[in-house]
Amino acid sequence: MATTHSRAAARLMLSPAVLLLLGWMIIPLSMTIYFSFLHYNLLIPGTHDFIGFANYSYFLTDPAFFAALFNTLLLVGGVLAITIVGGVLLAILLDQPMWGQGIVRILVIAPFFVMPTVGALVWKNMFMNPVNGLFAHMAKALGLQPFDFLAQAPLASIIGMVAWQWLPFATLILLTALQSLDREQLEASEMDGASPFSTFFYITLPHLARAITVVVLIQTIFLLSVFAEILVTTNGGPGYATTNITYLVYAQSLLQFDVGGGSAGGIVAVILANIVAIFLMRMIGKNLDI
Amino acid sequence: MARASSNRRKTVVTVLAWAIGLLIFFPILWTVLTSFKTEAEAVASPPSFINFHWTLENYAEVQSRSDYFRHFLNSVVISLGSTVLGLIIAIPAAWSMAFVPAKRTKDILMWMLSTKMLPPVGVLIPIYLIFRDIGLLDSLLGLIIVLMLINLPIIIWMLFTYFREIPGEILEAARMDGAGLKAELLYVLTPMAVPGIASTLLLNIILAWNEAFWTLNLTAAKAAPLTAFIASYSSPEGLFYAKLSAASTMAIAPILILGWFSQKQLVRGLTFGAVK
Repeated sequence: MATTHSRAAARLMLSPAVLLLLGWMIIPLSMTIYFSFLHYNLLIPGTHDFIGFANYSYFLTDPAFFAALFNTLLLVGGVLAITIVGGVLLAILLDQPMWGQGIVRILVIAPFFVMPTVGALVWKNMFMNPVNGLFAHMAKALGLQPFDFLAQAPLASIIGMVAWQWLPFATLILLTALQSLDREQLEASEMDGASPFSTFFYITLPHLARAITVVVLIQTIFLLSVFAEILVTTNGGPGYATTNITYLVYAQSLLQFDVGGGSAGGIVAVILANIVAIFLMRMIGKNLDI
Repeated sequence: MARASSNRRKTVVTVLAWAIGLLIFFPILWTVLTSFKTEAEAVASPPSFINFHWTLENYAEVQSRSDYFRHFLNSVVISLGSTVLGLIIAIPAAWSMAFVPAKRTKDILMWMLSTKMLPPVGVLIPIYLIFRDIGLLDSLLGLIIVLMLINLPIIIWMLFTYFREIPGEILEAARMDGAGLKAELLYVLTPMAVPGIASTLLLNIILAWNEAFWTLNLTAAKAAPLTAFIASYSSPEGLFYAKLSAASTMAIAPILILGWFSQKQLVRGLTFGAVK
């Protein structure tokens, strides 16, 4: 069907997008790799000495790196655990017949559309503030000592904020997947006297497995790069308690102006993200039949 | 009997679902309510839920003190500009891959997707330095370009999944009837492609509106959109709850409304067709 002529036209139509993305990926990334081998600090102009892997060995042996790596894993793992378990339960609940289903869906999905800086500041000030926050008011009403969330449990607080933003995403995707589940199969298992639990574990959960994998992978990509929530609430502190890899690289390069060190950190982040990306790409690729 | 029990079940489900839904939505509701309180009432203990003196003064003050409207316009220009520019580049690309698939099409699609997985910190420094050197730092144009590039893979993928659903036979039928290339594009394909393009536009405006890595790192005062504007409330101004709430409400209201219309597209766009 496709003639040589139309193939040439198709290639022409495709090329701007390919060239732009190629440029976007290759130019800055190769610059980052190049910078990562230099002694390059914006505060010391003129010095661009090649120092081999010194930036990497500095970055990778810095205690801040291990703290950040650990925090990144906790943040990603914590948010994933909350959103997947919560999302599955919520999706099953929302899939039941009820009154006002459309409105409940709208209420549940809303946090996903709240920009990260707004969500984080509202949580930090209006809810978690130990003096005037709503949680403090509630604690006082119950005769308890108000809890200073961002000082006592900073990382857990940020995990909570980020989970609030991503729970709607997981719920919505799992709900969509759930709606494609064959009703007759569910009814048949009910007829055969299967308990709700065995129906859940033998029919619903296997059906959701694929959607859960997709949610895990996509969220991981975004969660590895959580930044705004940390910037406006804790600035990575106290100490390094809430510094993740993304924030560490930002602080190294744009706050301490250490371009070389920051670049090495950026490359480490790229490698970490790639490990996840490979799995995600395989999943999506398998599903793409051309 | 069965009907009564299923009705009871429906009641229980309804109550539970509404309770959880309201709980999840509560921070947003609370922000909107607080935005209408005076500063004193906003921190009063115990807090009042609706029986306070409703006032609009916070909105006026946010506007007069920090020029909310200018940041709002920046957000509009950046999100609309990057999305439209992205569509102009993506429509031909997605079109050609959907209708003239080649051996490499799948590889190209997967490679485009892989650029989306590149963590932004991996390219933060070069982009920052390049922008500084060519004067794009803190400019609307610079942000339009960057946001267009980071969302381009999503735009192409979404359009591709929509275009692929347009049956190729329709084209053949049109050709049989003697339609030229121009008629084919204008009268046959465009009407069928419009819903997909509109959905893509909607989702990407939302994504660009809420993007908060590049907007925070590449802007200062001039080109700051609402994400960065709100970040300036981090301290100590954030302690003025009523004003923080008014600013927050104005920042999220437009996109919340758009977002509610785009639930379906969201699933499609962000799972790259892996969940339908």
